[in-house]
Amino acid sequence: MDDLYREIIIEHYKHPSYRGKLEPHDIYFADNNPLCGDHIEITMQVGADGVIKDARFDGHGCAISQASADLLIESIIGKPLEEVRQLNKQHILDLLGIDLGPVRLKCALLSLKVLKAGVYGLGEASDELVE
Amino acid sequence: MLNVTEIRRQFPILQRETLHGARLVYLDSTATSQKPLAVIEAMNTYYRRSNANIHRGVHTLAEEATALYEEAREKIARFINAPSARQIIYTRNTTEAINLVAYSWARANLKAGDLVILTEMEHHSNLVPWQMLQAERGIELDFIPVTEAGLLDLDAYQTLLTRTPKLVAFTHMSNVLGTINPAADIIRLAHAAGAVTLVDAAQSVPHLKVDVQALDADFLAFSAHKMCGPTGIGALYGKADLLEAMPPFLGGGDMIKEVKLRTFRPNSLPHKFEAGTPAIAEAVGFGAAVDYLTSIGMDAIAAHEHEITAYAIERLEEIPGIKVFGPHANYKGGVAAFTLDGIHPHDVAQILDKNGIAIRAGHHCAQPLHEKFGIPATSRASFYLYNTKEEVDLLVNGIYEVKQMFG
Repeated sequence: MDDLYREIIIEHYKHPSYRGKLEPHDIYFADNNPLCGDHIEITMQVGADGVIKDARFDGHGCAISQASADLLIESIIGKPLEEVRQLNKQHILDLLGIDLGPVRLKCALLSLKVLKAGVYGLGEASDELVE
Repeated sequence: MLNVTEIRRQFPILQRETLHGARLVYLDSTATSQKPLAVIEAMNTYYRRSNANIHRGVHTLAEEATALYEEAREKIARFINAPSARQIIYTRNTTEAINLVAYSWARANLKAGDLVILTEMEHHSNLVPWQMLQAERGIELDFIPVTEAGLLDLDAYQTLLTRTPKLVAFTHMSNVLGTINPAADIIRLAHAAGAVTLVDAAQSVPHLKVDVQALDADFLAFSAHKMCGPTGIGALYGKADLLEAMPPFLGGGDMIKEVKLRTFRPNSLPHKFEAGTPAIAEAVGFGAAVDYLTSIGMDAIAAHEHEITAYAIERLEEIPGIKVFGPHANYKGGVAAFTLDGIHPHDVAQILDKNGIAIRAGHHCAQPLHEKFGIPATSRASFYLYNTKEEVDLLVNGIYEVKQMFG
């Protein structure tokens, strides 16, 4: 359990740096994990040059889903949207520094799904986005 | 008093260790129960000795397989005191049994504007089929409210009944709150209002003595896998006159008496509702599960579970920041759903798993009920005849460990 609940995960879960909602924002997207009811919404401000100026997440769920979201937001601020489009599940696993079984992987990847659906301007967040 | 040590010996899986080398503490029987040797061996023997397709075959194996399949039906009928085995329809599970009623009885008997009464504590399996029928037929749905204490509001039910519902479909025992609903009263009142009744007995038949004639239930649905039997088989009990009058459900082999190129005549009960090759080995396992539970005694099982549950709730409620849902132990079966302040149920379940403790986390297929209580999910420990107070202690110790990690 020391692996799955490393200090970094508990810390980002209990004291997230990027929880909140940006007003105004250029991109907004929200989705749930229907299995466990985890909910993530992301707001972003994007410059004319296509670089993410600022971003926040909000929602509720398990430590894995919420810590992943906080780490993900931290990792994309200042990055061009083009780079965000290329992110996949390995990015999240690298951020968390752990391996996850299939069920918890869904929790961990929810924020990336929401982020990419927002960046692509899609109607819904699908699993294919994060493969 | 149950001899739990001896009972545990009958369940091979309880001897195993989990991934992390801990002894398995299985507290998830509400999702599915574990299986005793008697059931595993009955299915094994069936495949080793008697496997053949049932009905119409004249060779030895076909006759044996048919006899085993039908004997199991008779055991199941006796177990719930059905007047006859022809009133037991094999289905895949409780969900399919409820869908059978929704597709066959309801589509023949309900029209736009007809009222179906459900409750706020239903499992999705007794909500979605009726929502689908609402979309298709324009029937109306209304719900008996759940009180803060986790009981059905029977005064509100009486008011609903004045709107002359056609069907009252309700769970006998909540899979989240554990509430055992007063089924006989609910049915009596429904009949007085002219409604047909359907009991979702998925959680009650495995844990309580259920007598369909004493309840006067019109339909009653349950699954083998929650009562020590295999997955893939369940049963629908129905009153004979209702079942006789209902159109067939699925069409195919075995459900017919005679087939022409353009027409067919349906078979008699119970085969009218059993199209295609059924789950034969599973039926045999179902019968063995019923024999096993009968040999232990349902009253003894219920008493044991009550003792464990009362103890579990008492111990859980000692934990700071915990909230246990559902009524007092006297009104509930072996279920304890809870939340811990600031810690998501998935994290609780995951950390407990490292200690070998298997509980469930989520909305347990009862999302509207969780919304009612304003929570996205709960952790749920559930108990059966093989669980012990020591296991409750391990659960409580485990929760303290979780709290420490998130401390």
